Amino acid sequence: MEQSVVDVSNLSRTFGDKAALDDVSFRATAGQVYGLVGSNGAGKTTLLKHLLGLLRAASGSVRVFGLDPVRDPVGVLSRVGYLSEERELPEWMRIDELMRYTQAYHQTWDAAYARELLETFALDPAKKVKDLSKGMRAQAGLIVAVAHRPALLILDEPSSGLDAVVRRDILDAIVRAVADDGRTVIFSSHLLDEVERMSDHVTLMHQGRVTLSGALDEVRRQYQRSRVHFAENFEQPPVLETALLIEGGGRAWSVVHSGSPEKFRQSVLARGGEVVESRDATLEEIFMARAGRSRQQMEAA
Amino acid sequence: MDISINLTDGVPIYRQIVNQVKYLVASGLLRPGEELPPIRTLALQLKVTPNTIVKAYGELEISGVLQKRHGSGTFISEARPQLAARERRRVIEQRIDALLAEAHQLNYTADDILRMVRERKAAMDENVAEAAEENKEKGR
Repeated sequence: MEQSVVDVSNLSRTFGDKAALDDVSFRATAGQVYGLVGSNGAGKTTLLKHLLGLLRAASGSVRVFGLDPVRDPVGVLSRVGYLSEERELPEWMRIDELMRYTQAYHQTWDAAYARELLETFALDPAKKVKDLSKGMRAQAGLIVAVAHRPALLILDEPSSGLDAVVRRDILDAIVRAVADDGRTVIFSSHLLDEVERMSDHVTLMHQGRVTLSGALDEVRRQYQRSRVHFAENFEQPPVLETALLIEGGGRAWSVVHSGSPEKFRQSVLARGGEVVESRDATLEEIFMARAGRSRQQMEAA
Repeated sequence: MDISINLTDGVPIYRQIVNQVKYLVASGLLRPGEELPPIRTLALQLKVTPNTIVKAYGELEISGVLQKRHGSGTFISEARPQLAARERRRVIEQRIDALLAEAHQLNYTADDILRMVRERKAAMDENVAEAAEENKEKGR
């Protein structure tokens, strides 16, 4: 079996009386990219914070490189790069000071790589963190997260609130981490097209639970999206076997379904309809079918 | 390499890359012996995980479209005419299948479609002939 970089088993966590994580298991192996998706409050950030030892496992276990991140923070954090959603950075520091400060913590700091990124991003080393724009802040946070060439890169909503140019910088950093060094990347995102492009594996969380997890291509194969036409007009969405999500109206409907395609076809036939077209579902369609919310609602949340 | 990724039609990304490389080879836009971009370069260009490129190149190697030369890169295999012929046929058959499905939805028979294909072709040829005639007159 391939060596696990991350191994989380049966992790549960409550905040007050709210279950933030409910029996979550998650595994990551070297050289792969893991995309974490789910609505706000689904538990993605809480899971990532456990990997960093920022939260202690209340029940269940968390291992990163075989170590407990709470008991051995140095052993874990020296090999992890982290970009938090809030991009917490020391506000009073200048960028060059931030670089030197971070370098002091990491023996593996690659000064040439850090300089190259600074130049690519056109960041002024004399500028103070508190004076940075949102995009520049993300870029500075990214350099701090990747320049020690960590074996595991954790990015929490790295694209959140950024323009296309900075988003591209972030994606490039993910590609380089994997292509140049065979590193492992775990990132959460609400941009499903980004997850679909960048992930080898996808994990969907909903209300603290993992509702779907696996290799992206295999997950995708388990869901179809079909267009169906009926002879009869339906006021309400027709009830169809194996269907998870039905949209449309009247005689023409689009359905996301999982399981036996033949069973679905028979069910359509039984209601006087015909399957006009079928294909594998997109990640967005699967997400909407499994999380039960539209993307617009998710983005507004 | 001119490849574009479409996230709306449900085809896995590695499969889209495989199909488009085959298409480029079948249409002569990629020639035998030509080098393909390294994995990292293509991953950066397409904004996809490098493992997807690895998977696509692996599949293309198995089907004989590419050859990896140790230490020097990935190249289009030397002439495989039967492969190109198969691929050209596959591309057209896929279009025909889609056309027939659409025709069925709109209550046209396959014979209707055959007749319409010939009519369209005749009309197209006529347009081309007319345009040529006009050009000739302009040239005078």
